[in-house]
Amino acid sequence: MKILLVDDSNTMRRIEKNTLEKMGYTEVHEATDGADAIRKLGAGGFELVLMDWNMPNMTGIEALKAIKADPALKAVPVIMVTSESEKTRILEAIQAGAANYVVKPFQPETLQEKISAVTQKAK
Amino acid sequence: MSQLKIKVEHINPFVTSTIETFAKMVGVEAKPGKLMVKKGNKEDYDISGIIGISGGAKGMVALSFPKSTALRVTNKFVGTAYEEMNADTIDAIGELANIVVGYAKKGLSEFNVLISLPSVITGTNHQIMEPKDVFSFIVPFETPLGGFHLLVSLKAAE
Amino acid sequence: MGASVRVEHINPFIEATVRTFQTMVYSDAHAGKVVLMPGAGLRADVSGIIGLSGMAKGSVSLSFSRITALKVVSAFVGARVLALDDTVTDAIGELASIVAGAAKSELSQYRIQISLPSIILGGHELAGPGDVVPMVVPFQCPQGTFNLVVRFKSEG
Repeated sequence: MKILLVDDSNTMRRIEKNTLEKMGYTEVHEATDGADAIRKLGAGGFELVLMDWNMPNMTGIEALKAIKADPALKAVPVIMVTSESEKTRILEAIQAGAANYVVKPFQPETLQEKISAVTQKAK
Repeated sequence: MSQLKIKVEHINPFVTSTIETFAKMVGVEAKPGKLMVKKGNKEDYDISGIIGISGGAKGMVALSFPKSTALRVTNKFVGTAYEEMNADTIDAIGELANIVVGYAKKGLSEFNVLISLPSVITGTNHQIMEPKDVFSFIVPFETPLGGFHLLVSLKAAE
Repeated sequence: MGASVRVEHINPFIEATVRTFQTMVYSDAHAGKVVLMPGAGLRADVSGIIGLSGMAKGSVSLSFSRITALKVVSAFVGARVLALDDTVTDAIGELASIVAGAAKSELSQYRIQISLPSIILGGHELAGPGDVVPMVVPFQCPQGTFNLVVRFKSEG
């Protein structure tokens, strides 16, 4: 399964990549902001996106909206992984079409569970 | 204008967030020790992740470590095995501070705080001095990976 | 990588530093060439660091050697200061706040808010993190040389 990690922090991408590799996902690509993500998603074939919220150039929520507005991309499930923990923010992301939401700090197991839930549903 | 004041209990969200972040993301218990008022205290650190706070409350928060703790914590946090500090260690300390302060925001919602990017300072035995006339605290933490300090300086914005 | 660094963001900080030194330290500070310093550590003995948040996030730092810090603070407070004491930490924090505050109003489109200063003492480096490249401006003034370091990242 081809997965895109979007986060401006090298550390966060590395942590998320570790979690995905433990789950057996090895085809993991990385983007450093929303605009970079949209560009990379254009290559096609992605089946899951993990998206941070606060990033330069294009934020995660803007990128999420752009993905959901693009007929070619809108089927790709997006899980938001962010330190934005307020209910209004979570609601905003879900309304914009996020498949799930993980608040930092998270346990690797929590991220695994949410990824499993989303990928099973997609099948 | 608001009559909000900073009290000792406003330090709690940072303490709780530190405990949770270490439990969830580093996988160790971080036990807070006795809170100390910081007034000119000169404690020596080797690496610090510092975040500025603005909005309805202004201040700064730092997570400050001796080198040995920083290496063990970041190795466990990121899944690396470094024996010396490098760009990845520095990045990880910044992100750790970012997560701690980002999550603590929730406990300070009445202040509507905004947080800056983390700055990471390295240097054997550097000290962090608090801004003038601001409520400042040190919370020492103990973990199985070594000790570190949480520094919080906070005041309600005028 | 990732974050765009635009040199026009640094100009308000340079102008603010020059103005602040003119009016508060009675010192002519001349800016050298802006240098992008990815990864490289910048040594200093005293730094005043301010966090920036809002539609752009980042940090501003004024970083000094011990001797320049003592001379600048002496000129600023109008008394000879010989050791890195409370007067120095307060003055360096104050200078950093004034510079950040003045630059903020020139960057109003980002609705920047500034934090309180942290003052770092003891040999140190401003090290990162690596996703935002620091813009470093070396300054020369009669009291010595110092560096202005700006990390700036617009959100969205």
